[in-house]
Amino acid sequence: MGALGKPIILMVAMYVFIKFVLPNIPGSAPLPSSLIALYLLLTGSGIVIFQTLSKESKDAFWGPMQRFLTGENLGGLQALRYGVLILFPLLVGWQTYGSTAVSDLPPIESRTIHPAPPGEYTGLSNPVAKTPDNIMQGKGFYAAYCSPCHGGNFDGKGPAARGFVPAPANFADPTTIAMLQESYLFWRIKKGGVGLPIEGTPWKSAMPRWEVELPDEWIWKIIMGEYDGAHQSPRTWE
Amino acid sequence: MSAIQQGVKTIQRALPAVNAQGAWLAGLLLAAGWFALPSIGMAAEGTAAGPTEYRDIPYIGARNIIWVVAQLHLLLAGFVLGVPIFAWLCEVIAWRGGEKRYDKLAKEFTKLLTSAYATTALFGGILLFLLVAFYPKLMNYLTDVFFPSFLLYCLLFLLETATLYLYWYGWDAMQEGRKKSLHVFLGFLLNFFALFIMIVPNAWATFQASPVVIAEGTAFERAWAATWNPTWWPINIHRLIANVVLGGYICGAYAGVRYLSVKSTEDREHYDWMGYVGNFIGVFGLLALPFAGYWLMREIYQYNQQMGITLMGGFLSWLFILQAMLIGVLFLGSNYYFWLGITYRIPGSEAKYRKAMLMMLVSLLLCLAVWMTPHSLVASIEEAQKMGGAHHPLLGVLGVMSAKMTVSNLMILITFMSFVMYWRAGKQDTAGWAAFGKAVMGAILALASIAVIVLGVWGYFVPAIVRINYFSTSQVLIVIFVILTITPLTALLLKSARTTTEMVWGSMPPRAGYSLVLNAVMVILLMTLMGYARSSSRVHWHVYGVMRDTSPYAYSPALGSASLIMAFCTFFFCILVAFIFWVATMGDKYKTAAGAGKGDLPHGIPAMAGGAPDKGPQG
Repeated sequence: MGALGKPIILMVAMYVFIKFVLPNIPGSAPLPSSLIALYLLLTGSGIVIFQTLSKESKDAFWGPMQRFLTGENLGGLQALRYGVLILFPLLVGWQTYGSTAVSDLPPIESRTIHPAPPGEYTGLSNPVAKTPDNIMQGKGFYAAYCSPCHGGNFDGKGPAARGFVPAPANFADPTTIAMLQESYLFWRIKKGGVGLPIEGTPWKSAMPRWEVELPDEWIWKIIMGEYDGAHQSPRTWE
Repeated sequence: MSAIQQGVKTIQRALPAVNAQGAWLAGLLLAAGWFALPSIGMAAEGTAAGPTEYRDIPYIGARNIIWVVAQLHLLLAGFVLGVPIFAWLCEVIAWRGGEKRYDKLAKEFTKLLTSAYATTALFGGILLFLLVAFYPKLMNYLTDVFFPSFLLYCLLFLLETATLYLYWYGWDAMQEGRKKSLHVFLGFLLNFFALFIMIVPNAWATFQASPVVIAEGTAFERAWAATWNPTWWPINIHRLIANVVLGGYICGAYAGVRYLSVKSTEDREHYDWMGYVGNFIGVFGLLALPFAGYWLMREIYQYNQQMGITLMGGFLSWLFILQAMLIGVLFLGSNYYFWLGITYRIPGSEAKYRKAMLMMLVSLLLCLAVWMTPHSLVASIEEAQKMGGAHHPLLGVLGVMSAKMTVSNLMILITFMSFVMYWRAGKQDTAGWAAFGKAVMGAILALASIAVIVLGVWGYFVPAIVRINYFSTSQVLIVIFVILTITPLTALLLKSARTTTEMVWGSMPPRAGYSLVLNAVMVILLMTLMGYARSSSRVHWHVYGVMRDTSPYAYSPALGSASLIMAFCTFFFCILVAFIFWVATMGDKYKTAAGAGKGDLPHGIPAMAGGAPDKGPQG
């Protein structure tokens, strides 16, 4: 069991780390099972690769498994072998059944985070001059219309944010509005959740369709205020 | 459509009647009827008012059949364009370095070209006929735009064919002196024409994604404007490198399969060495491929935000997680092969390099974990609620380009160092400056790795354009600098080094052969995946923003359905390549068998009819 013991300990340690340690780091959260499976798969692959690099390590790693499975000189462990040979196919069958059987649970989500904007919105540039006054006005509009959900600190933690799944976008996160052009934000604010294209369905956005309440100029000013307040810059090509 | 249904019914009525004649006849008729159905459809639509825009084929669908044939044509074209580069490089190495085995290897692969070339042209012809038949409106439009380049393409094909024939059939006749130089020049010409054969149709395909249309001007001016579209050169470079990778890995897979099946020591040594060369050339191209891919994606994003988001953030973004997995397996497989080479071909090296291999493996896996972590995660409702959305609050930062670019650069560095380690194994430095040289190389590698990571982290805190234009480019330049510095330094060191352990060819375990085959399958799958991504990024447009797809197939197939077609294309391409290899080597096997038979007889006299050459001399 020497050469097999270390890999088993490593796999268990990895699982414990991903499942129980990582989620408890401040600012973290539990990992979804898809990500846990991915990381364990990588760990397992690494073990197999390393243990099969030479004949000696391969024999030490694979030999006990082979002897166990073939029943060669197994002695008192024969019962365990039969148990594994019976239980393993049953486990695979149970997993297969579990993943294909009709269930009342909603399907696993693979949501499109950034649906593509319609052609008429691509390439639009902000027509409002970027002056301190306009930015300040934009922040004022933001405070009135956006901050209840997206937060006064632009961090997605407004007083109403708790009511939504998924949570409102955190603009201070460098992986949200900093990745997008201003024209994209203009489209999302103007058309809201109902304006998402087919690829974004079933859309999961409570974003109101602001075009019914706000003129375009205000929306452009809000965009400037958002970027400035969140200390981010829009994606540009110049 | 009613004519099609009528045709189906007619065949169905006819089937029971022929049942008595045997099932094979029924099958034959069914196949003939099925192939004839499009013509019924064509005739039916031809009677309608106005020009026909689309035709269809029952059960399979016009889009699917075009998809499969186009993908197979592209894969074969990649093989046919990649192998001459590979063969010519080997020939040059043999010509300049005097190692005859490289010449033999080059010839062995050039032999495949004649049959592979014909198969590629065959699929190209089928594709053209099908496109004209199923998508006449689109083909009319493209012909109108690209008419001059169609003529150029025909001319290039003639030149390429003539050069290929001269190159292959003149191989033995042009072996010595100036004739060899001429032969090498022919090889260069072959690749030169092949390059243009690739980039001319690339213009047609990239025009569909990023069209440049001018209303005025001559036919030539319009064709030239359409050709020089924003994604033309990025695709040209990307495909050129990808073809080298494909050629190298397919060579490796061929060697791997042969290595697993041959019996003699000489053959095992030869195919082991061939596998090494194939893997080396594949890796050599693979190191440059991510840079070209990044450039292509940048150009797409800059050309059209909608298309960029569809690919990288929209419904096609999941493809890039699959891509990361495939590339990850490819990197792991290539490195694994290098490491197996150190352990098995250079006896005694394992103890020396095992720790280094472990460190490289762990680093590669960490990089892969980052690369494969999506921005938005696959999660159940409960899991999403616990995370506060589809983003993980801590690991979500790994899902964006800054992280991906950093780890892909690091993986390239690691793979390059794997090769350097393999290169140095079994040799002892004797140069006086060896210690200093190694310290300099170590410092360059360490500083470069730190710089790549720092730029990657810093990339989160600067505007996107700074990251894209300066940071990502700097990361790439740093990696290129490392490769261009360490390679000559290592070569200089090894020039005076003493060989402590001779390389033992033919001693690799079977899993080395399997890993070579796995690498080739991964590359083919990658190409089919990216083929789907490139086509689907146009969504419901034949020519993006210019000509809308109004056929019943104006939707993007779901990833699951698409992956079935990708898997089929990969499988069928492997079968085709296996067939080409089998056909091309059939004569050699026969000659070898006949030669072995002759060798048993005194003075190579052919065995008499009815004689028994294995009985030995008669007393």
